[in-house]
Amino acid sequence: MDRTLDFYQFGFLVLKTVFIFAITLVHVAFTTYAERKIIGRAQARFGPKEVGPHGILQPLADFLKIFGKEDIIPQSAYQPVFKIAPIIVFAFTAVNLTVIPFEQGFILADLNVGVLFILASASLAVYGIILAGWSSNSRYSFLGGLRSAAQVLSYEIALTLSLASVVLMAGSLKLSDIVVAQHNSFFGFYAIPQIIGFVVFVIAAFAETNRTPFDLPEAETELVAGYLTEYSAFRYALFFLGEYTAMYIMASLAALCYLGGWTVPKYVMAILPFLKWIPGWVWFLLKVYLFIFLYIWVRATFPRYRFDQLLSLGWKVLIPLGFVNLFITILFKKLFA
Amino acid sequence: MKGYVLEQIEPSKFVLQMGPHHPATHGVLKLFLELEGERVARCRPEVGYLHRGIEKLAETKTYPQVVPLTDRLDYIASMINNVGYCVAVERLLGIEPPPRAKFLRTMVCELSRISNHLLWLATHALDIGAMTVFLYCFREREQILWFLEEICGARLTFSYPRIGGVRIDVEEKTLEKIDRFIDGFFQKIDEYEGLLTENRIWIARTRGVGVINPEDAIAYGLTGPSLRGSGINYDVRKHFPYDAYSEVDFEVPVGKHGDTYDRYLCRVQEMRQSAKIVKQCIQKMPEGSILAENAIELDLPPSGKKKLHPEGWSTGAFISFLKEKEPLLPEGEIYSAVEGAKGELGFFIISDGSGRPYRVRIRVPSFIHISAIPKLAEGQFLADVVAIIGTLDIVMGEADK
Repeated sequence: MDRTLDFYQFGFLVLKTVFIFAITLVHVAFTTYAERKIIGRAQARFGPKEVGPHGILQPLADFLKIFGKEDIIPQSAYQPVFKIAPIIVFAFTAVNLTVIPFEQGFILADLNVGVLFILASASLAVYGIILAGWSSNSRYSFLGGLRSAAQVLSYEIALTLSLASVVLMAGSLKLSDIVVAQHNSFFGFYAIPQIIGFVVFVIAAFAETNRTPFDLPEAETELVAGYLTEYSAFRYALFFLGEYTAMYIMASLAALCYLGGWTVPKYVMAILPFLKWIPGWVWFLLKVYLFIFLYIWVRATFPRYRFDQLLSLGWKVLIPLGFVNLFITILFKKLFA
Repeated sequence: MKGYVLEQIEPSKFVLQMGPHHPATHGVLKLFLELEGERVARCRPEVGYLHRGIEKLAETKTYPQVVPLTDRLDYIASMINNVGYCVAVERLLGIEPPPRAKFLRTMVCELSRISNHLLWLATHALDIGAMTVFLYCFREREQILWFLEEICGARLTFSYPRIGGVRIDVEEKTLEKIDRFIDGFFQKIDEYEGLLTENRIWIARTRGVGVINPEDAIAYGLTGPSLRGSGINYDVRKHFPYDAYSEVDFEVPVGKHGDTYDRYLCRVQEMRQSAKIVKQCIQKMPEGSILAENAIELDLPPSGKKKLHPEGWSTGAFISFLKEKEPLLPEGEIYSAVEGAKGELGFFIISDGSGRPYRVRIRVPSFIHISAIPKLAEGQFLADVVAIIGTLDIVMGEADK
């Protein structure tokens, strides 16, 4: 590949980057709206209703409000780290967007180690949380940070194990290759042959993004808001953006690695040929939304795990299951390939 | 190796002051926690942030004037406090309310109990992270508050019962509405239970958490559902009946293990029983007066005209009596308890015959239950402390008085 970039290529790249980030931010904003509406529905109430028709402009109002707030830094906080922690969280989460293919060819950087890249930067984002907890110099924040460290450490392994099986099946670490391999496979997507891995992945993804029932680092009723306790205004908003972007990253990863990304299984296409008029990115987004809905649904339904229960679930159930799944995958690969 | 002593290294304690403003301490309870990792090594509750001196205040009021003060004790089920106080004074003065008043009181008490348990379930579930139960419970609680508002005009501080009966009679229409609500309410309880009772995470979070054995439960003075969760069948409504409780049929649900889960089941069952009692009260509601003949008048006498009953102290205008400083009440003391929503709610009243209580001592379950928190939280996780505060069902308005 020609490594020199000419002006137009560079401009196009910048445009693409801005486009993807803008799309993601809009999605994040309206996910908060969707979350409140869906949970409202589940809880027999309305959710936001006042700002705009059906409250559709609520995210905008929230955005304006939170950026108009005073930025409070506690006196006892270690300032440099306190300031940089939310940036770490958001930056290392947002950087994942570069390797997510939205459609055939529509990707910022088609890395040949896309899966690894996402896993790596997802772990790095945790540093932001730990640092935020430590530098706040508040006990609740500190406990939240510690919990986060232990939680991500144990669930990262399960996540990696389940993705390793996918990588083995597809024979590539490149996300677009994984999608193509799925499209060419018998079922059309990996969620069925990799059912154990899929379940492990979904549970680990919930834990990885600190969502209910694994939202211990920010467990409201015990730790007030965990590592977020001392943050306010746009630093708080950055954490928030980070969390929701991470949700989208995990949902995209699930859509790409297990649900066939932007493709529709060939047999479905054969039965319903008119579906090919629907562009690939629509399929991709639909699959992502499915996951986001799952996130929200679970939040409305389940209580929170306790810290030790979370760890024992991770180490005693998910990691062994991940290994079993990996072993089965290797066995099949050896026998049938 | 002789003389070699291993240095004892004390692990450093992580001190967490939970409260008095904390989302899970149900008001202004403060817990002084020493943590070892996430485990609680020592826990010391601190109370008194909401002290208003209700007991002392009661000494300056006449007997009927104390009723609104009792509203401010356990403000979640204040109807039961009113009834508790009125029953105590009635026993002291020897007033017997008419049957209709008794049934009405029983009905509103049980409605209050349901609303209290709904609020408890809502916040307890929210503490453990189940958000939806919270709003489901509030939906029904709101309806109960509407009914109570229809009956007496207030949503929170009712002051509906009065010494010798109740303040206002209930319309037949309201009773029908309540009856219809109760019919559907059993289904609603099933709905809450569907979200929690067999939920794996709920069971994991509540089974074996905050266990207290029957002996300890008695020793710590637990009462109400917190005691019955440990398997002891003690209910003031059953064992020392007051009002119409001897005439209605209900069971006392009892737990087995004394853990948070059993206390949860107990309270949920209690809601069903309370609903049953309300239903029976409506069916059996007798006709007639709502106020005893010898009840204390609440109104000031019209000027120039004294409404003194020739036969005794009790039917006269109370306040005009006071002005004349006649000895008008029997001297003596009484302890009388009712089954509050949280536990045994007792009133100890000393009368010196002056028309104002010489001393009112209120035995509030919440205060006593808070003393059991260190026992229950010993060696538990930080997250369990929240569950334990929830499972004891404490309200600080009552604990601090």
